[in-house]
Amino acid sequence: MESARIAFRNLYRQKRRTGLTVSIIAFGVVAVILFSSLAGSFKNMMISQITDSMLGHLQVHRSGYVESLDTMPLNMIMEEKHIDQLKKALAEISEIEGYTLRILLGTLLSNYADTTNIKLSAIEPGNEKLVTPLLPGRITQGKFLEKGQILLPNLVARGLDLGVASEVVVIATNVDGSVNGTSLIVSGIVETAVGPSGKYGYIHIDDARELLRMESLQVSEVAIRLKDAEKLTLVMNKLQTALKGITDDKGKPVFEVHPWKALSPFNNIANMIDLMTIFIQVILVTIVLISIMNVMLMAVYERTKEIGTIAAIGTPPSSIMSLFIFEGLFLGIAGAAVGNITGWVLVQAVKAAEMTISFGQSDNILLAPQISLSTMLATTFIVILVTLLGAIEPAYKASQLDPVEALRN
Amino acid sequence: MQPLVIAKDLVKIYQAGEVEVKALRGVSFEIDSGQFVSFTGPSGSGKTTLLNLIGSLDVQTSGELIVAGQAVNQLNIRQRANFRGNNIGIIFQDFNLIPVLTVRENIEYPLLMVKPTPAAERHKIVSELMEKVGITEQAEKFPNQISGGQKQRVAIARALSTAPKLVLADEPTANLDKATSTRIIDLMKELKNQLGTSFIFSTHDPRVVSHADVIYVLEDGQLQTPTAENTMGHGGSK
Repeated sequence: MESARIAFRNLYRQKRRTGLTVSIIAFGVVAVILFSSLAGSFKNMMISQITDSMLGHLQVHRSGYVESLDTMPLNMIMEEKHIDQLKKALAEISEIEGYTLRILLGTLLSNYADTTNIKLSAIEPGNEKLVTPLLPGRITQGKFLEKGQILLPNLVARGLDLGVASEVVVIATNVDGSVNGTSLIVSGIVETAVGPSGKYGYIHIDDARELLRMESLQVSEVAIRLKDAEKLTLVMNKLQTALKGITDDKGKPVFEVHPWKALSPFNNIANMIDLMTIFIQVILVTIVLISIMNVMLMAVYERTKEIGTIAAIGTPPSSIMSLFIFEGLFLGIAGAAVGNITGWVLVQAVKAAEMTISFGQSDNILLAPQISLSTMLATTFIVILVTLLGAIEPAYKASQLDPVEALRN
Repeated sequence: MQPLVIAKDLVKIYQAGEVEVKALRGVSFEIDSGQFVSFTGPSGSGKTTLLNLIGSLDVQTSGELIVAGQAVNQLNIRQRANFRGNNIGIIFQDFNLIPVLTVRENIEYPLLMVKPTPAAERHKIVSELMEKVGITEQAEKFPNQISGGQKQRVAIARALSTAPKLVLADEPTANLDKATSTRIIDLMKELKNQLGTSFIFSTHDPRVVSHADVIYVLEDGQLQTPTAENTMGHGGSK
């Protein structure tokens, strides 16, 4: 304890050097906190855009459907008896907030003059709003969907010069190979969630069933919203377990459960953000390690005579070593504390400034950076651990100095 | 009663690059407890080397050296540090006070780091020593705020704080003016008489040497035979 007291006094009285070192460490911590919170905020916002306006948190399909998703095959959709079994399983899981049934179909869309292909998601409007609450917010003109109506993607609307209340014809091939068409009224224009890649529109599920001449309830996918998105893995495991026993005539599982990550390419971006955060943390660790080692080595060189003196008067090598280790430890604690406080204040300032970004077709995405206590504690732990590591070599060097040589310094 | 220091044929050879330097060439002497002993001689005669050996800061190349009943060359680095902490106080030519500690804290340092002592006793020892060496008023000052003579008083108090059997002082007055040097030597002698602590110091200042009970003259790493010239102390030379 005396070593700690004297180490503290040494640091306290060497204010300039201590201040500079603490600043370097704090700068690294602030960089990590700011980057982690901003990157995390961007990631969470984008994930929520994708899950809350398109995918939901989880989706259930007929086995093999996702591999063929581009063609939206109607011969790989879930039958009524499967849907009943699935509904029963979903009802057993308390973490699920709601779910919605969808039929996905590839169609031709005509304005009576021109025709284009379009992918449609046939939805239950009420349940869809529950599972993807941001979907209505993507409607730039008009209103949400009712039976007999269609929500058109803005690219198609522009291309075919269609607006709200325009009449269109949708033509689709049903599971038997016959073609059918139906006329619908444009209820609204919807922008895509991320990027101009999609030509996805929405129609009512009942209109889709009529168009496809489905006599019983059949759906391509069931999108699920969780009460807490953090429990994704838990719910997925529960659902997989519940559905595992449901097999087809050949004894193969009927259902496949996919988290949003498996269905969206944004997951790769999210992984890259995580990787960059780790990279920034590695840079922090390096900055702290080098600065602490540098400062402590300088301290040993500057104080060689002092070390020789305290060794000459009988201070054991272990006490000399602990003196310098405590100095490193205190620098780490102070740097982490200053960095955490400054970082937290800056995060709050960015939050208060209500900064927005654009991503793909989405404008004004509000950045809401947040830094969790666990991140701050983890950063603090890493910084302190690294300062200790950085102090060990100089401290050992100091403890092994020959007093006679050191006194000649 | 066994002498406090027994040296027999002490030899110390340094390797300075490729050159071998014989700093001590077979030195023998004995010092009893409570003596005020001076080693004198020109620069490079081996005074500091000898004090380093007695203080267990270094070990001899050959010969025998027993300090306070302990053959110090048989101790490892940690044991020698403990030995110094328990038996020896050291006063340096350049005072070597710790710059970030106050006068009080410098004196207190060995009682914290070398020979841990309970707070109440520690404060009592420090206060008494400050009073004895006359630096009570400077207690809260830092080394850069006091004079050279005051710094050496602090160094003396620090050396005595652990109540050592022996205090070693290497050229303790070299950086002090004449009047201050005399006061410092008088103070050391007074403390020797009060506390019974032995003092061994090296110096080449004849005025300082004259205060010693026993004077040893070193030249070229060897103790000189007493002559009229080097028999200056009250107790005479050996």
